Amino acid sequence: MNVGFNVIQPGLLSLVQDSGRFGLHGIGLTTGGPLDRNAFRWANRLCENPENSALLEVAVGGLTLESTLHTRIAVTGAAMPFSINKKPAALWQTHTVAPGDRIELGFASAGNRCYLAVAGGFQIDPVFNSVSTVSREGLGGLHGDGSALKSGDFLRLAQPMETSTLWQLDEHLRPTDSGNSATLRVILGYQHAAYDNLQKQRFFTSEYRVTKNCDRMGYRLEGAAITGAITGILSEGICQGAIQIPADGQPIILLSDRQTIGGYPKLGSVLSLDLDRLAQLGPGGKVRFEPISIEQAHNLLLLAEYRFQSLTLTRI
Amino acid sequence: MSTELTKSTIAIAGENALIVYFGDNPSPEISRHLANTTQILEGLLAESLVDLVPSYASLLVIYNPLKIDHHGAQKAIRNALKASANSNMAESSDSSKVVALPVYYSTESGPDLQRIADHSKLSIDDIIAIHQQIEYRVYAIGFAPGFAYLGEVDPRIAMPRLSTPRTKVPRGAVAIADRQTAVYPAQSPGGWNLIGLCPQRMFDPNAHPTMPVQVGDRVRFQAISRETFLDLGGQL
Repeated sequence: MNVGFNVIQPGLLSLVQDSGRFGLHGIGLTTGGPLDRNAFRWANRLCENPENSALLEVAVGGLTLESTLHTRIAVTGAAMPFSINKKPAALWQTHTVAPGDRIELGFASAGNRCYLAVAGGFQIDPVFNSVSTVSREGLGGLHGDGSALKSGDFLRLAQPMETSTLWQLDEHLRPTDSGNSATLRVILGYQHAAYDNLQKQRFFTSEYRVTKNCDRMGYRLEGAAITGAITGILSEGICQGAIQIPADGQPIILLSDRQTIGGYPKLGSVLSLDLDRLAQLGPGGKVRFEPISIEQAHNLLLLAEYRFQSLTLTRI
Repeated sequence: MSTELTKSTIAIAGENALIVYFGDNPSPEISRHLANTTQILEGLLAESLVDLVPSYASLLVIYNPLKIDHHGAQKAIRNALKASANSNMAESSDSSKVVALPVYYSTESGPDLQRIADHSKLSIDDIIAIHQQIEYRVYAIGFAPGFAYLGEVDPRIAMPRLSTPRTKVPRGAVAIADRQTAVYPAQSPGGWNLIGLCPQRMFDPNAHPTMPVQVGDRVRFQAISRETFLDLGGQL
């Protein structure tokens, strides 16, 4: 029996994502995966799913689904108007849905991306070990070809999930809304020695703006231009959050769909925990940078992981 | 052990990544050392390893910071470098092949040919001829699925990247950046100088193998006419 969700309205850009595609940089495949990893993880956890379960990353909004089964769903991330059968529903908690129910996500009032998970996760054939959609590579997603959700698509589920336990993440544990701005912690690295102290000071004391060129591949910023001793390097591997400085001096932060190799010099990389925040900014968003050491970064990552694992959801 | 092979340095790339620089310039010797180190490191880091990105003369090592810290990762890298330098690399077999790739060179398919002509003071025909004279080596695959970095381009037609990358480069675009050349396997943003279009698919997830070339192979470019390009399935 085919049970799941009919896509009535696909929204601006709704993509199937799991944790990402790993171990394939050798043939040039990027990782994909959620841009706001924290919201992604909570959406799956609220549905009692394994960490790598397939869900929807909904950018900007405009999604309408129709359920053909009894199950549970949860939406996390940006403040999008969320309703079930036109009745407003809360983010960061699980809801039951029944056959015929309409699930709607309007347009975000703050933030950029929502994560819609369903109990058991969507059943989609992986491409190169992952269902993550990478449009630029034409890989992954519902049809395996990197395409975004379309009207008429059917999101299949393994089985109805009628368990009645519903959960919520308490309000004080959710990410705080800091408007359309973010402070990104940076680990200096790569070619940072090619930038003198004056340039580094300029970088860490200036406010940058997110330009309209911001997508899953990277965010191009606009602000004080950074000039280094070099403008090109032998192409080399690029990690998540790398800060690329092209010849025009305007930083580009590279994200989940980044190219795996490139020849622009890099100043270092942004802490992954702060990329969640960056991903919720749209054009015009304000960005500032703050340097941290690699040791601090590792401490923060371990603490964040401990926090995620030890926090408990509240039964509703 | 050659002294060349002991000069590697390790730098921080990000919270979960270190980058190993094997030298300032790519060479067949460095390529072999790099490939060797990559293989050894996979075994040493095992479950702590997330991914590896070998390139011309560097290796990006992405690890899981919840399983190993950067000191531990550095130690594993140093051990892999030592083991690689001590092993007899002359034994590694050379299984590389030569792959011919057709290219429709023209100002229509290569909008930056004129830019290179102005920069090099050469005619467009000379640039096209010089680009075909060299048998290139596949130094790395990356940037995008199937994007093979080929080197090295004749210094006469070497050309710096665009200062602002294009937001759209078409699939099959043949391009030059400094002394590197490549064929874009899919439409993507890019900052390289475009000189022609290649009708051959460079990456097809449904084909076996998924790519016509692999690291270590040689590539020759052969000029084709507009007509042949279209016959071979090329699109303008």
